Order: sequence, then C-alpha cells, then structure tokens
Amino acid sequence: MSIVETIRDGNEPAQGLKPRSELTARELLREVGSVLRMSETDAAKLGGVPVDPSEDQTMIINMGPQHPSTHGVLRLMLELQGETVLRCKPIIGYLHTGMEKTGEALTYMQGGTNLTRMDYVSPLNNELVFSMAVEKLLGIEHDIPERAVWMRMLLSELNRMSSHLLFMATNGMDLGAVSMMIYGWREREEVLRFFQKVTGLRMNHNFIRPGGVAADLPGGWRDDVLGLLELIEPRLDEYDTLMTGQPLWRDRLQGVGVITATEAIALGATGPILRGTGVPWDLRRDQPYLCYPELDFDVIVGSYGDAFDRYAIRLNEVRESMKLVRQILDRMPAGDFRIQNKKVTPPPRARIDESMEALIHHFKIFTEGFKVPEGEVYVAIESPRGEIGCYIVSDGSPTPYRIHVRAPSFVNVQCLPHMMRGGLVADAVAVISSVDPVLGEVDR
Amino acid sequence: MSDQPEAQQSAPDPVTLHGCPLVVSYGQPVVFAPRDRYAAVMKALLADGYEMCADLTAVDYLLIPDRALPGEIAAERFEVVVNLLSLRDRKRLRVRVQVPESDPSLPTLFDQHPGSEAMEREVYDMFGIVFTDHPDLSRILMPEDWEGHPLRKDYEIGSIPVQFKQARA
Repeated sequence: MSIVETIRDGNEPAQGLKPRSELTARELLREVGSVLRMSETDAAKLGGVPVDPSEDQTMIINMGPQHPSTHGVLRLMLELQGETVLRCKPIIGYLHTGMEKTGEALTYMQGGTNLTRMDYVSPLNNELVFSMAVEKLLGIEHDIPERAVWMRMLLSELNRMSSHLLFMATNGMDLGAVSMMIYGWREREEVLRFFQKVTGLRMNHNFIRPGGVAADLPGGWRDDVLGLLELIEPRLDEYDTLMTGQPLWRDRLQGVGVITATEAIALGATGPILRGTGVPWDLRRDQPYLCYPELDFDVIVGSYGDAFDRYAIRLNEVRESMKLVRQILDRMPAGDFRIQNKKVTPPPRARIDESMEALIHHFKIFTEGFKVPEGEVYVAIESPRGEIGCYIVSDGSPTPYRIHVRAPSFVNVQCLPHMMRGGLVADAVAVISSVDPVLGEVDR
Repeated sequence: MSDQPEAQQSAPDPVTLHGCPLVVSYGQPVVFAPRDRYAAVMKALLADGYEMCADLTAVDYLLIPDRALPGEIAAERFEVVVNLLSLRDRKRLRVRVQVPESDPSLPTLFDQHPGSEAMEREVYDMFGIVFTDHPDLSRILMPEDWEGHPLRKDYEIGSIPVQFKQARA
C-alpha cells in the first residue's frame, strides 16, 4: 500500500528509530548514501555501517528531552552497540507553539514581537530578517536611513557576540569546564546590559522594525560599547588560555563529530558548521546586505569539520564581530533612525499631544497596521547559527498571508546523526553542543 | 522613487528554465515547475549547481484561488516552495510547485537533498502534503496523535478544542 493511501486511511506513521533488525539494508544505506550523494551500492562499499540483521546486539535508548546537555528539549534516539553510536534520530517539537500560525494573525507592526522569540539567543537577527523582508515587499529597502542601517549592523554584531559567548558557556558546561560556563554567562550579561540600555529589554527586544529601528541610541552609548570591547577582548584571551590550548579540552573536541563539506552542503547546514568544513560561506560577504561590503572583516573557516573547529570558529567570530563593531563605531552616521514614510512610521509621541490627525494616524497604524503590497519574498541573512531566512507571502492586507522562517537550527539539527555515527555516547554531548541548536527556533 | 519593485510575479515573462516559466519577483528569480516534472526539474537544477536546498515550505492558497500564474501553470490550492542555493555562483532560485487538494502529494527530494528531510516532514505535518518515498514521513512538530494540519487556512484558530484522539472532552 502506498504512503498516500495509508495516510488517507487514517494510519499515520509515527516517528521513531526502528531497530536495525527490522530495517532493510537499503533503508540503512539510504541514510548514508543520500548525504554523501551516492547510490546505496557505493555507500555499501564504504563499509562502516554493519548491516548484518543477525547482529542484534544493539540497543535503542532515549537521550532527552530532559537531559541537561540537550539545550532545551531536544530528544535523541540513539542506537548503541556497546558505547558506540550506530545511528541517531533527533526528535523535536516539544517547544512547538505554532509561531508561524500566530504570525498570520499579527500585523506587520506586531510581527516582530513574535519573530524575536524564535531564536531567543539572537533575537535581533530574527527581527532584522523579518524587517528586511517586509521592507522588500514595501519597496523601501533602499530608503532606510543610514543611521538605522548602521545601528542594525551594530546590534546584529553585538548580538552575534552575545550568542557566541553563550555558546562558549554551554559548550564548556557540557564538557565539564564549569568555570567556562560562569565566564561565558558573565560576559554575555555585559552585552545584554547594553541591549537593555538601548532597547529596554535584555532579550526579545522588538527593536529592529520595518522602516528602521524603534529608538535612537541613548546618550553615552559609544562609551558603553568601547567599555564592552575593552572588557571582552582580554577575556577572550583568557578563554584561549583556559580552553583552546588545554590538552584535555582538545582531546574532548578534536576529531569528534566530523562532517565533510559534501555532507554539510547536502544537509543544508550553514553557519559555523559549514565553515568548519572549510567552505568559506558567510552571507555577510557572499550575498551582502546592509552595509557589510563597506566593512573589513574575515570569514573564519576550519579545516577538519570537527567539534574543535566549530568551537574555534565561534571564538574567532567574536573577535571578528568586535573588529566590525569598532569600524561601526568610527563610521556611525548621524540622522534619522527610522524612515520618514507616513505609511509605516507612526508619528512622534510629542506630535500626538498637539495634533488630532497625528493621534488618529498613530491609532490607525497601531490598531490596523499598514498594508503591504501583494507578492512573496525570501530574504536571508547570516545569524550566529547560520542562514536565517524569512519567506513572506502578502495578499495586500495588513497581516501576512503566510510567514515562514527558515530556522538555521532546524536544519542544522539534521547533521547530528551524521556527526555521531560511529562515535561514543560520551561524545554525543560534545557533538550536540558544537551544533549549538536553539530549540526555540527548531520548534517555532 | 527609483527602487519600486519592478517586476511583479503577475507580469508574464517569456523566459524559461528547463522548460518551466521563470519570473522575477522583487528581484528574485522564481521557477514555476509543473508537478509531473518536479522531480526531473529538481535533478536538473542540482546538476546546474544549485547544490543546497536552503528551505522547503508550503503555502495554502485556499483564500486566493484565482491568482495569476505564468505560462500554462494552473493555480491549485497548495503550493510547495523550495529555495535553492548555489554556493559556487552565489545565486538563489525559488521553485514553486502547485499541489492540488484532491491529491496532495509530491515526490521527495531526499535522494537529491537529504537536508530537505525535516522540512518535508514539517510541510507534511503542517499542510498534510505527502512526500512519496520519504524515508520517515511522520509528524515532526505536532504530537503524533494530533488531528488536522494546523497551517491550512481552514484550520480554525481562536479556540482550543481537545484534539487528542484518546481524550474525552
């Protein structure tokens, strides 16, 4: 019976990992072969995956969803032979709250509050990609004032720093370097303190909005950023002393969770995972947006595609982001922080007190939102975790007809089975950590 | 303003790619693949260098049934949207396929783009579009015994009915 008929009859298949005694060799080899983009026969020649059905000394166990090192509620089904992981299947959805459905009910004005909660570790990048998609539909993407663009870059880079610092913390915690956990959270908190000063909130800012940003930078922001850079720079060197050069740390990460460039591209992996395999792919450079072409920065790549490469890439990307922030500080232009387009910009607060029209305008724009022309766009930017994309279909009304977010973690989690194959259970923790998934955006 | 979105998707364009109409929507190339040639077109595009399936999603056009599509493509209720990426040429391409309500199924992309595995499962979960020959087509985000496909436009929001098969309301 075909799958279409099975489902029509109400017998939906349930997800799970079948023991290999119940699988055919073809099914097992398809898992490997498709990722290497080769036929099952070629995959069989590679060896490595025992396909003898009589070999039933394997055990299927669950790891998570409540495991402390699964970064939220990720569940892995692992097929083990002794301590070796033969296969693995990530099971997700525990944090699904229907954000794409919610997004269809919210206006473009309110959309940011929804989107920002997806990847809660880099909320400003979520807002940025949403705002850029809406602006593209409105046809105003080239009219955003300079200052707003540079503020967006500043915040996006600081957010990349805070996100990678959090990765340093959780990666340390997962591998038992508990002091690193404390240090990582401490430094991240410094960045969040700056966000709080600028946006009013530590997380879930809804600060980058269609048309610009919500408010201008507060007084003394330049000193705050300089203080932040001064503080974090030596701390990164401390991390190097504490971890990068340390034999224990290297032994835990080097050669663990190896993935090749072919596999990563076939699996759609982006961000540090793809760059770790030696593919220099960074949307900030390769499909530039905002004013990134005017700035000088390097794309950090690895060479082995193991967990250590991914760690080292993130650590050095913090340094690159700091380099970018310095350049942004030097070049931050003066001017408006949002577009002066009556259609998308509410009137300033002071005008509301003196003008009835401004009050009505303000009321209309916040209750009804603004209409966006019909069409569909896909906009992608480089978030700390990889390519975050926003696909919006507009039917001309003030709410999106369909809003879809291409979440980098959702795609990257699919790399786990291929990174873990043949490794040890103890290394599984290092591998999950090195992918750095945020379950909020995996499940949305 | 010089940067008005120049070519809307409704404007027909004689350009084709692998025999499918190619239009430009807000500066982004979009290919409308007929459903029966979807698998072949995706294979040809992979050979063209579109090596990464960046995104695969769907749209339920229940409320916009008579939208204009280029060429011979007839509008159907569902539409599967695939975003392809060529790292070599730094290009993106969007493929839109019409999927009728009467037979919501498409061949899987798993063998060309294994990264589409989770995305196809998400589309199945949210829209009920079946991907034939998919290695593990099951619900990915919703609970296994959930009824209905939440992102369909006729799926009600506003109340929270008890949706589990075993539960007694």
